[in-house]
Amino acid sequence: MEICFTEKEQAFYDEVDEFLRTELPADWPSRSVIWPGDYAPSGYGTEENYEIAFQFIAKLVDKKWLTISWPEEYSGKQYTHMEQSIFDERMTYYRAPMVDSLGVGIVGPMLLRIGTPEQQAEWIPRIATAEIRCWLAYSEPNAGSDLAAIETTAIKDGDEYVINGQKVWSSGAHISQFGWLIARTDPSAGKHQGVSLFMLDNNLPGITIRPIENIIGESHFNEVFFDNVRIPARNLIGEENKGFYHLMSALDFERVALVGIGGFRRMYEELLEYARTTKLDGKILGKQPDVRHKLVDIGTRVEIAYQYVWQIAAMIDQGLNPTVESSVLKVVSTELARDMSEVGMDILGPYSQLTKPSDRTPLRALVSRGYLNAISATIGAGTSEIQRNIIAQRGLGMPRYKGKGGQKS
Amino acid sequence: MNLELNKEQKLLRQAAKDFLKKECPRDLIREWRYAEGDYPEKIWKKMAKLGWMGVTIPEAYEGMEGDFIDLTILIEAMGEACLPAPFFSTVVVGGTALTICDNEKLKAKVLPQIAAGKKTVTFALIEPGNGYGYSNIQTIATKQGDGYVLEGTKLFVEYARSVDYILTVARSESDGLMLFLVDADSGGIEMTYQETLDYAKQCEVSLSGVQVPVGNLLAEGTAAEKLLSSLEEQAGVAKCAEMLGGMQAAFDMSVAYSKERVQFERPIGSFQSIQHHCANMAIEVGNCRNITNLATWKISQGLPATKEASMAKSYANVASNKVVKLGHQIHAAISFCDEHDMHLLLRKCHAAAVSFGDTTYHTEKVAVELGL
Repeated sequence: MEICFTEKEQAFYDEVDEFLRTELPADWPSRSVIWPGDYAPSGYGTEENYEIAFQFIAKLVDKKWLTISWPEEYSGKQYTHMEQSIFDERMTYYRAPMVDSLGVGIVGPMLLRIGTPEQQAEWIPRIATAEIRCWLAYSEPNAGSDLAAIETTAIKDGDEYVINGQKVWSSGAHISQFGWLIARTDPSAGKHQGVSLFMLDNNLPGITIRPIENIIGESHFNEVFFDNVRIPARNLIGEENKGFYHLMSALDFERVALVGIGGFRRMYEELLEYARTTKLDGKILGKQPDVRHKLVDIGTRVEIAYQYVWQIAAMIDQGLNPTVESSVLKVVSTELARDMSEVGMDILGPYSQLTKPSDRTPLRALVSRGYLNAISATIGAGTSEIQRNIIAQRGLGMPRYKGKGGQKS
Repeated sequence: MNLELNKEQKLLRQAAKDFLKKECPRDLIREWRYAEGDYPEKIWKKMAKLGWMGVTIPEAYEGMEGDFIDLTILIEAMGEACLPAPFFSTVVVGGTALTICDNEKLKAKVLPQIAAGKKTVTFALIEPGNGYGYSNIQTIATKQGDGYVLEGTKLFVEYARSVDYILTVARSESDGLMLFLVDADSGGIEMTYQETLDYAKQCEVSLSGVQVPVGNLLAEGTAAEKLLSSLEEQAGVAKCAEMLGGMQAAFDMSVAYSKERVQFERPIGSFQSIQHHCANMAIEVGNCRNITNLATWKISQGLPATKEASMAKSYANVASNKVVKLGHQIHAAISFCDEHDMHLLLRKCHAAAVSFGDTTYHTEKVAVELGL
């Protein structure tokens, strides 16, 4: 047991930290609006902030830090997962601007694993430089947690596939260039067979992308309609009809482990500072027993979540499969995001209602935003319930329920 | 960074588990809980042969000079086995307190005896009307000739009737804390058995004109405060390890049982409610292990660990109860029977939770560390 960084890891930690302190304005963390566990890259408010974010991301591209763990021949640096986790921790601690991680986090690594050399040459360099942003075309109106129930079809017609159907909860589709599509190539095959993966160009005719306004009043996810969309056959990724197999065997946990852990520490520190320095009814908030106890609970759980992040990174670096640990971290971190917001709302009392920054609004209205935002955390990317099923069935080897409609896959 | 135990530590864990599985089945506690004697000396001697009592005692005092991680590995295995013997009070409390004190003569005399398994120690702190803590000690040590005279009453003193020494917290006439190693055979000591949940043969110990030579004083004043706060950190985290042993056992038993037990023509483990109970147990055990490991590692490195140690203790206190109670729920009626082991784990975990600081005590300590 060695719960500290190696010299090399510590040096990298210091390098990233120094970079962030130098390249971002000192008050950047209070300009950026993001709640821990947030899936959406948030807006930056002013034009000046957008410009800073744009230039900052260009520097990340130059340093190849967006693709830090990719092989060197594919625009990466081949760093360890521990180093990638360190990078993610520091970045999110400073609430640094980042491109949506789906391209560099999921699509890129999947292409590297199962794409042809031609496909890799076509997309990998552009994903690595954030020229291409990606969205995941997974969920459908009748296929949420039960992903294998997808109905969107991709029927082969000459050297094209014709796509018909609908996707939903498609985060970032409206600001992306490519979709990572799973669709049914053999409708007569079983539920888990007959589906395939595609790179889908957002500009193809027949695609309609409609942003859906979420409960915070922002439009981050979308519903996407396909009406006879023709994809070139060379955009099929991996083997035809093996899409589900590819998805399941993909090391999805590589991304799951990058939960933006630093954001949890940053937000917690802000809540602590607020409780230490703010009076309510003439008394310092942090002197109230209930406030103290709740903040200790949240603080303890922040430390616990950190340990999972390091543990998972160490396991991947040792060639182990942290399937269970990743699901545990998903549950632990998103439920912490939720509970931290609830403790925050509790501490702020009536002032927790304010939704716009003002002289009367504590913590720039971040907490009320988080209170709503964190509702999505325990739902998106596999609900807490699905994660618990994974822990029980894949982790603990508990039997699947074999009954009507729930036949063993 | 590596959060796994290293090879030697894994070997020690396996050896401890194997030994206790063979020598300390949980029926041993059923056998001894109402017995005349306090604990089985046979197993004590076997553990001594393995060198366990000297695991963290320096080599200069004939111990093995292992680190704190080694100690928690043994304690976790004992928590799982529900070992009915004064190992914790002798080794974790007595051994640690003596090792960190400055009384060379006392150390040279007692530590080798502890390491060899020849002497046992218990800890006397809590007093009537007090909880765990050091701020309101009423037991008075009055200077008399070359030594001190102790007057006071102590509660929850484990295995008091069979140990050799009672490590006693007192206060001086000038209000400073004092820590004595009191010979259990001294005149003026009276013991009354207090039946408790964990069957650990706890006693009320009344001290009336008990004479203690000055040579048996470990520390006084600020030195005693420092010693006791360091002891609290180490013993508190070791209690977390003990609870982890109990939690892990309850969890493992529950997963295994849910795969075997059939109702509605299918194993109950195929029901989502049971799966989610087990997933929640996995999460709580994992959480507890993470924060305990962090505190354990820091202590083993001699780093400041006050915050992490108290975080671990307050977390484990709550989590252990949650996990073992879920174990009861999954096993249902059979776990309400004395013959079933689940209640032994519940008893052990509860005793550990109130020992060396309950949840409120450690939560408040973390709050202070956080600047609240």
